[in-house]
Amino acid sequence: MKNLMGILALSILFLIFSCGGSENGGEASSSSSSGSIDESSSAEAATSSKGVGEIKNLNLDDSLNVSMVFKGKQIVDMKCASCHKLTDKRVVGPGFEGVTNRRQPEWIMNMITNTDVMLAEDPTAQKLLEECLTRMPNQGLSVGDARDVLEFLRQNDEAKLGKRDEAYQEG
Amino acid sequence: MRHIKKAKTKLSYKTNKMKNYLFISLIAFAASIIAGCGQRDSQNVIQGDAAEQVYVAPGEYDEFYCFMSGGYSGQITAYGLPSGRLLKEVPVFSKYPENGYGYSEETKAMFQTSYGEVPWDDSHHIELSQTDGNFDGRWLFVNGNNTPRIARVDLSTFETVEILEIPDVAGLHCAPFITENSEYLVSGTRFSIPIPQKDVSIDSYKENFKGLINYVSLDQEHGHMSLAFQIEMPGFNYDLARNGKGKSHGWSFLTTYNSEQAHTLLEVNASQMDKDLMAVVNWKKAEEYMEEGRFTERETNYRHNVMDEETGIAESRKMTKTKILKPEDCPGMVYFVPVPKSPHGCDVDPTGEYIVGNGKLSADMSVYSFDKIQEAIANEDFDGDFEGIPIINYESALDGIVKKPGLGPLHTEFDGKGNAYTTFFISSEVVKWDVETKEVLDRQSTFYSPGHLVIPGGETKNPDGKYLVAMNKITKDRYLPTGPELAHSAQLFDISGEKMKLLLDFPTKGEPHYAQAIKADKVQPNAKKFFRIEDNKHPYRAQGESKTKVERDGKNVHVYMTAIRSHLAPDNIEGIKMGDTVYFHLTNLEQDWDVPHGFAIQGANNAELLVMPGQTRTLKYVPNRVGVLAMYCTDFCSALHQEMSGYLRVSPENSNVKLKWGLSDEFGTKEDWRKLQEEAAG
Repeated sequence: MKNLMGILALSILFLIFSCGGSENGGEASSSSSSGSIDESSSAEAATSSKGVGEIKNLNLDDSLNVSMVFKGKQIVDMKCASCHKLTDKRVVGPGFEGVTNRRQPEWIMNMITNTDVMLAEDPTAQKLLEECLTRMPNQGLSVGDARDVLEFLRQNDEAKLGKRDEAYQEG
Repeated sequence: MRHIKKAKTKLSYKTNKMKNYLFISLIAFAASIIAGCGQRDSQNVIQGDAAEQVYVAPGEYDEFYCFMSGGYSGQITAYGLPSGRLLKEVPVFSKYPENGYGYSEETKAMFQTSYGEVPWDDSHHIELSQTDGNFDGRWLFVNGNNTPRIARVDLSTFETVEILEIPDVAGLHCAPFITENSEYLVSGTRFSIPIPQKDVSIDSYKENFKGLINYVSLDQEHGHMSLAFQIEMPGFNYDLARNGKGKSHGWSFLTTYNSEQAHTLLEVNASQMDKDLMAVVNWKKAEEYMEEGRFTERETNYRHNVMDEETGIAESRKMTKTKILKPEDCPGMVYFVPVPKSPHGCDVDPTGEYIVGNGKLSADMSVYSFDKIQEAIANEDFDGDFEGIPIINYESALDGIVKKPGLGPLHTEFDGKGNAYTTFFISSEVVKWDVETKEVLDRQSTFYSPGHLVIPGGETKNPDGKYLVAMNKITKDRYLPTGPELAHSAQLFDISGEKMKLLLDFPTKGEPHYAQAIKADKVQPNAKKFFRIEDNKHPYRAQGESKTKVERDGKNVHVYMTAIRSHLAPDNIEGIKMGDTVYFHLTNLEQDWDVPHGFAIQGANNAELLVMPGQTRTLKYVPNRVGVLAMYCTDFCSALHQEMSGYLRVSPENSNVKLKWGLSDEFGTKEDWRKLQEEAAG
């Protein structure tokens, strides 16, 4: 019985490490907007890459709104940072670094505000769940909150990578 | 006393000896029913479609919440009707290790009384808040019988948020009866005692013992209770009460027993007289006297425990004064009306006109008319007085008598269609009768010996006369046996037709006395799903993992910890020493419904914590050995729940191990953490 538990624990550890590895590896080897995670889902229709939810089309200003960035950072600190680091390091969920280059802004906001439906219906979200094993919780953010978070994530990408919004498609 | 005796000679129809004989034969008759018909088959009273009527399909909701008191469990339970499914047990007067209520630092103060910490009580009567004589679904009140207290449960969170001790009373059975706009909770002492307490001989009862009727006012915004005034009454046993409604709004009616003023072997000595007295209180008049300042203020000692809405921390305040109204100083405030033989139940019909007084030892039930009581008062139609309190003439106040409906009438509720339903403890039945004509319409057996009964909204102006639940005191053969102690049994009847129809038996927790049931749609929409983390004002909150830390303050160590699926932060702590007291302040960062996190650490001498989303709760921990102790989340929260754990390293008292904490590869001392933060900011 003990041995069985040991094997089980080891295999879970393996799963976790291999999951982390693939994400990190994928990002490191990819300079385009799609990492290895996105490779399969990027074949999906454009609508699916905006995710499922009330955010259909978002127009982003080229410049960043400083007060939104500030509010977004506060929300991330309180409600998101337990699982998402600002670097590319995956802990419970993927690191935030580069997320605006991998995912459309609508997808990001839908994932935040419509989490359970996204996990049930969106192929990219489902693929992430398979790899991370912990369901992303619904943290009760309003659409306005999610927009602030997006602004902070754009700023984070610019600071960390010098580029942002590469997945953004205008209109 | 003199007048009671007078009333007795005038109104009695048997001698005392005869009365005792009658009582004994009632008991013998009841015993023969129970013994002889132990296996009485209820199948013959079950109709074919009963199952369909109580079936609530998977995923569907019950139509009513039914809140039952827990009796000696000290708690309350919420059941769904008609299914009889247990939805929740809400801890009120008893500590509850299941979620840490009474053990967490935030909730300990709820158990403070003038006697120190009292971790248990005996809860009897549920009262839901009312607006214009109808249940409004805001709050629930329940009494603690043993160490007199009244608790308030918030029906948006189903949490006990306030407990008020009632001073200078004993056995607060007669509580906490609410007025039609939730102005007051009315209560009376079950046992009279010396006031203020003093060292006197028990047989000086008549000289030294008094009873108090208490009026607790409610703040309409927050529901906060405060002791408004107490009325000093003769030393009887105040048993149950109801407040008037509609035309009788502004009046309270309280049954009493032991007008003999016996202090030993009450079962005989308090059952001597043909009639005891029902107190009739004009509380609007009492309010006027309060405004005029016709009260005496007295030193006393009681506790008021309130949960702060923003921090979630209960505080116990010591209270030292009470305002007493004495009937002799306040004419027109209190009257008595005679009620046959040791009355128990006291119930007011939906119109507010009829008041039912049930003598436990009487074969008949007396129904009084509010209009007639008013007329008798106006005409001073009195039959003497007791200690200066006028006794209204029995016949003048009486509307009519329900003749021999059964044995041992206890409690009555109404269906809003002109019918009343009364439980009969001795003859084990519920009897339906017409309030106007006093005619018995139907009777159904219960299994066995019902105490209270409940009809949704049955004490309000607008009852929902669809179901009736009888709460039985004796279970015997109704369920598979579980040793000497059996769950008390509740029985659901359909009362929508002419005849009552038994639908369902279901076991209950503790010993439910009274219950109240309310349409689900008055409670369900207000249900809180989580506490907004932004609004958390707990002084030891951690609003985000970046706010977690460990702080030493002498021998006390405060751990600001967070929980989210599926890790605790910090989950490794070192530098704790023997002799330290560790406070784990756990904030649940989740913001979704039904995601509590638990916290337990090996060897904790108190309990676990169950922390709701957005809430902070604190567990005090005093290590008793050197080593590395495991801690973990107790509520299965996700696929990786088993991984939600951590370690606390405990070193000897004189060791030099530095205080360090963290998660994953971020593990360090206070200085390390400061540097990390500076780097991040810089």
